[in-house]
Amino acid sequence: MDARDENPAISEPPADRAGIRFGALGWTGLAVVVVLAALPLFLANFTIFQLTMMLIYAIAILGLNLLTGINGQFSLGHGAFYAIGAYTAAILMENFGLAYGWTLPAAGLICFVSGFLFGLPALRLEGIYLALATFGLAVAMPQFLKLSVLEPWTGGVQGIVITKPDAPFGLPLSQDQWLYYFTLVVALLLYWFAANLVASRSGRALMAIRDNPLAARAMGVNNALYKSLAFGISAAFTGIAGALGAIVVQFVAPDSFTFALSVALFVGLVVGGVGWLPGALVGGAFIVFIPNVAELFNKALAGAVYGVILILLIYLMPTGAGGLVRKVADFVGRRMKPRPDR
Amino acid sequence: MPRGKLQTIPLVGGERLPQQESASLPLLTIRDVSVAFGGIRALDGISFDLHRGQVLGLIGPNGAGKTTLFNCLSRLYTPTSGDILFEGKSILGRAASRMAEIGIGRTFQNLASFSRLSVRDNIRVGAHCRSRTDMLSDGLRLPWMRRAERRIDGIVDELIAYLELRSVADLPMAGLPFGTLKRAEMARALAIHPKLLLLDEPAGGLNHDEIGELGRLIRRIRDERAVTVLLVEHHMNLVMSVSDRVVVLNFGRKISEGDPAGVQANPEVIRAYLGSGRA
Ligand SMILES: Nc1ncnc2c1ncn2[C@@H]1O[C@H](COP(=O)(O)OP(=O)(O)OP(=O)(O)O)[C@@H](O)[C@H]1O
Ligand SMILES: [Mg+2]
Repeated sequence: MDARDENPAISEPPADRAGIRFGALGWTGLAVVVVLAALPLFLANFTIFQLTMMLIYAIAILGLNLLTGINGQFSLGHGAFYAIGAYTAAILMENFGLAYGWTLPAAGLICFVSGFLFGLPALRLEGIYLALATFGLAVAMPQFLKLSVLEPWTGGVQGIVITKPDAPFGLPLSQDQWLYYFTLVVALLLYWFAANLVASRSGRALMAIRDNPLAARAMGVNNALYKSLAFGISAAFTGIAGALGAIVVQFVAPDSFTFALSVALFVGLVVGGVGWLPGALVGGAFIVFIPNVAELFNKALAGAVYGVILILLIYLMPTGAGGLVRKVADFVGRRMKPRPDR
Repeated sequence: MPRGKLQTIPLVGGERLPQQESASLPLLTIRDVSVAFGGIRALDGISFDLHRGQVLGLIGPNGAGKTTLFNCLSRLYTPTSGDILFEGKSILGRAASRMAEIGIGRTFQNLASFSRLSVRDNIRVGAHCRSRTDMLSDGLRLPWMRRAERRIDGIVDELIAYLELRSVADLPMAGLPFGTLKRAEMARALAIHPKLLLLDEPAGGLNHDEIGELGRLIRRIRDERAVTVLLVEHHMNLVMSVSDRVVVLNFGRKISEGDPAGVQANPEVIRAYLGSGRA
């Protein structure tokens, strides 16, 4: 069986062959950003809050995608890094009085280090074994956060309540609107960073390891270093998402970060498209809105409806939204320009 | 035809260096190398030298230990005993990922493509060791990162032209014809800017015309790019026509070494190839 079948990731489309497709994707991207920027002006605060959460999960999924889609390592434990990021923000704000904006780089740094260190021993593990190890991390995290030695900082089972920031410089925005725009800017910056990374020497090294680790080494790629770095960067993205999540929800507690969160991020990754960076937004939307849709449909059977939606989606687009977009783009591309190669 | 002893080899930079094969230090020295896998002795006390500017053909029946020797040279395996010197220094203390930077490049017996990357990106990965960046400057697109990237693009464009890959440069590797993939992997290995290129059965799976092309290419690589080549190949015509010297392995032992004509006439080599190698 072809290795591509098990992990249907999509690397960035080549620039000049796909002139049309890339252009179209570029315009679509711009349109999406414009819509995202305009949305909160027309919506109620609760919906704005939901959209903010969508962006936050998108950031977390973007991080997971760098690890899984780009570098080919699995994680069922990214909720743990999200939790570390969230607690970092909460503790720095409430115990040390740090301004919320500064908690993001702090959370990113701490999660980078945690991810890198976790990635080092995990180097020996492949595929499902790595998934199992990360699963252990996710399961252990809530218990760890409840430890009584850490209670002076973590607040134990009670968790930490965070004050919600106001819009700065007297901007005429509600708190929710402000946090939405703040998150949107962070998300765009991180997306830019991730896209640059994927198109760079480091990104190619990560993808080379994913596609053929042996050949990558023969080309001079230090697999161990890059795989650990991928874990670190991935955890940093997810940690920054966690910090934003803490600020937006104004509360952290151990049971907000159970294994279910890790699974949700993984589901979001697959639904959005493994290896397709923009898919993170689709994944984020799925995490936030599909449970609500399921509930609207039938409150008592919400879980079952959610499951059925998930099954249908995976059957209809087995390579996630990314695969679907690519197929459509390929189709349109062929229609618009006869291919020069036979 | 054996080549003259004293010759000039044009280097990529344009300078020409006189090269005296017998007097100079060998580029590569294999010294009494043995490799055992459990009970199997895949290599048993192998020694030979490879001089700059030469093509050395390494032949032998299936299972003779050729790929095992390649894997020792790219540090995927560590010999049980013996030493391997490259430019006079032992390579056994080096990690596999640090062979490219000293100038040892290789292709693989079966294809080893980065299948979801384009041909161009595959070759770019080959040039990985020719620049230094870090993930932070790559993610932030800092100026030195863009400069390094432009330099790599220059290297890659030259190789795409050299190996006639222009029409497929931006297609993903997966799905390209076999011969094209082999050329792309050759370009990828050349992007390392190797002093020594290890080719493991480059003709495998190619048709007659493609093999003729490959023979000319190997000689051009040696002459125009000053690359020394260690060639493992079953295709005898190819080996005998491009090699300056030939080493023959059988059951992990070196049974013959010399110029192509001499080796072909060696009765032990003939016996090994007729399948009655071990009585
Ligand atoms: N990783 C390994 N573990 C165990 N045995 C191995 C390993 N690699 C090679 N061998 C054994 O070592 C011997 C030499 O194998 P090798 O692949 O080097 O042969 P080869 O000369 O390249 O043959 P071919 O022409 O078929 O490619 C064989 O008996 C093989 O089974
Ligand atoms: Mg072999």
